[in-house]
This record gives sequence, C-alpha cells and structure tokens, in this order.
Amino acid sequence: MSTDHHHPAEPAPIERRVAALEALLTERGLVSPGFVDEVNRAYEEDIGPRNGAKVVARAWVDPDYRRRLLADSTAAIAELGFGGAEGDHMQVVENTDSVHNVVVCTLCSCYPWPVLGLPPTWYKDPAYRARVVREPRAVLAEMGCQLDDDVEVAVWDSSAEQRYLVLPQQPAGTDDLSEDQLAELVTRDAMIGVARP
Amino acid sequence: MELAHDLGGREGFGSVDVEPDEPVFHEPWERTARALVFAAMGTHPDPTTSAFRHAIERMDPGHYLASSYYEHWLTAAATIAVESGVVAPAELETRAGGAFPLARPAVQPEIDGTGTQRFEVGDRVRVVAAPHGGHTRCPAYLCDRTGTVTRVDGRFSLPDVEAHSTERVEEGTYGVGFSARDLWDDAEPDVVVHVDLWDSYLEPA
Repeated sequence: MSTDHHHPAEPAPIERRVAALEALLTERGLVSPGFVDEVNRAYEEDIGPRNGAKVVARAWVDPDYRRRLLADSTAAIAELGFGGAEGDHMQVVENTDSVHNVVVCTLCSCYPWPVLGLPPTWYKDPAYRARVVREPRAVLAEMGCQLDDDVEVAVWDSSAEQRYLVLPQQPAGTDDLSEDQLAELVTRDAMIGVARP
Repeated sequence: MELAHDLGGREGFGSVDVEPDEPVFHEPWERTARALVFAAMGTHPDPTTSAFRHAIERMDPGHYLASSYYEHWLTAAATIAVESGVVAPAELETRAGGAFPLARPAVQPEIDGTGTQRFEVGDRVRVVAAPHGGHTRCPAYLCDRTGTVTRVDGRFSLPDVEAHSTERVEEGTYGVGFSARDLWDDAEPDVVVHVDLWDSYLEPA
C-alpha cells in the first residue's frame, strides 16, 4: 500500500472502483453529499476503545457494577451510555488467575463497535482468525502476551448475535488510582484479550 | 465444501501482522467503501446483515484471500447494487476504466431450520450442519464435533434462511464450548473454544 498521500501519479485500481460505484450511486440518488462523513464520523471521533476502557475501570472500582456487568452486560454497558449497532447483545467475559479470555470472529470480523470502535486490521486478517482458535497461546506470545501454562484459555468465536468484551484483571499496585486514571491503563488489545493492561 | 472466509483452524497464514497506532482508515477510499455498503444495502429488497455477509462470502476465493477487508466491503456493495438492478456491471467497468470483479451468484440452499429451542445448559451436543453452499454461521471446523451448551441466548433468525429469502425462522441459539483438542489433534492443551450456534446446527450427542 502506498504511503505517499501527496501526489499519487494515478489512482490505484481499487480507488477507481470505489469512485466508480460512488459516482453511479450518487447519480441514482442513493448517495447524498455528506453521506460518507455521516456514516463514518462517529467512529473517527467518538466511538472507540476509550468507551470500553470506561466500562472496565468502572467494574474495577465498583463491585456492584461489576456484578451487573457480568450478569447482564448489555444493560450495564448501557448505564454508561454505550450501545447500538454490533452491541445489542453483549457478553463481558472476566479474566481470572486461572482463565484468560480472547475474542475472535473466524467467519468475518464481528466486533463490539459501541465499546471498541471499528476493528484493527490484524483482527480482520486471515492469520489471526485462522490461528487463535487452535493455538491461542502461540498467537498471544507472538503479540507480546505470555500466559502461564496453568492458565486455561477461553477463545470466544463471535459466530452469532453475541459480541464479546474481555474484562482484564486490574494490575497490581493500582488500588489508589482514580477511575479515570485506571481507564487510561486499559488498552483495546487488553479488551480483545491479546494483551494485559 | 470449504469457503475462503471460513478460516478457523486453517494453516499456512503465517504470523499476525500488527501495525502500532493504526488509524481507523488508512486511505480515503476505505471510508468511502464502508459507506457505500450502507447505500447499496438500501437498494436490497431484504437488507439483512446475513445478506451482506453472504455477498462477501460469494467472492471468488482467490480474490477474497488476496484483498483487504474494505475491498471485501466494496465488492459486496457493488454486487448488491448490481443484483438490485440499480447499476450494471458494464457501467461499473466503464467508469472504473478496467475490471470490476463482483461476487458470484447466490445458490439457494435447501434448509428449513428447526424453528425450535431443544437444548439447555449442560447438554452435550454434536454439530451436524452440513455445508449447503449458501450462507451459514456454522464454522466448518466444528463439523461432527461434540461440545457442551454453556449458555442459552434466546431465539434469533436463522441466517441460512434469512440470507436467501424474506422468510424468517426464529430458533434457539446457544453458546457451546468445545475442547480445542477435540477439534484438532495438535491444538494447544487447556483451550476451550466457545462458539455461538443456532439450534439447526446441533443434535443431541
């Protein structure tokens, strides 16, 4: 992929195809000016992993919220104002000393948009989707997350309507941090389950 | 029949390529392609996520594996717009100044669905769904494998029917846990793979 955004000599074939379909759908009244921005802007500006991080931090500081989150994830996430497309049926899965959770969609790239935004490329690529169900420890180790041998791995293949969010373990020595400071520690990858905060 | 998109457990793809601080979109065409899916779905007679997914799954396998996520979205958008009759393939090629590969035509599967909810948490179940050439959300790696129902999620529309017609068959869906070693002899130990499955994909084990 070209990284020169300044003066491409000629549009790539994929750019010409996108422009062709956009022009034809615009002429037929199916794409209005501003439509592309309208569809995407929220995911570029508002909806991303900071939402999920707020959910995790709340669960770390508030045991009652944690219980509600694990009992009815969709409702507890909605308490913080997050929900909508690809988040209507949420399942939060909790890491413990004995179980580590990791999320995938082997058939496409299902992902909890309201709490994590749009998925990163590696989550959508064949290597991750093919391998993480069969050799998750190896995949996680390659991504920098070593698991102890006595930890069971639970892999969640998002094949139907449920969307998954991993609740990581709170790092040791962070008990005196505020909820906002804790949220800063929570990464997208920790909530997919390929990293720890 | 193994389809290109049905990737769980397949080998030979190498390492996971992580890009640090990846932007939401890499190129302007990606965000346009994403939006065009929503525009094209507006022309579909029965616009479901199942129909959209199936448009991607019908891509030529070589094209699917060699192209990026947003090229899949563009191809699905164009295919749906063509099948809805709002644009013609020749117009797309003329405007693009070259080839404009579309997905293959859909094959109507013969499947009725059970329309019921037969299983409870703790039940042992065997995956019986045979690939039927149409859309399904039953991963091929589960074929003939046995697992345990860990969650009952209520009734949802069976994608295998919904993707191909305006009919709907609502039936139980379940979280089902499988030992990875029961799926692949060489899988890592102490791994449980949880997959969400419709009632039609299962029989009592």
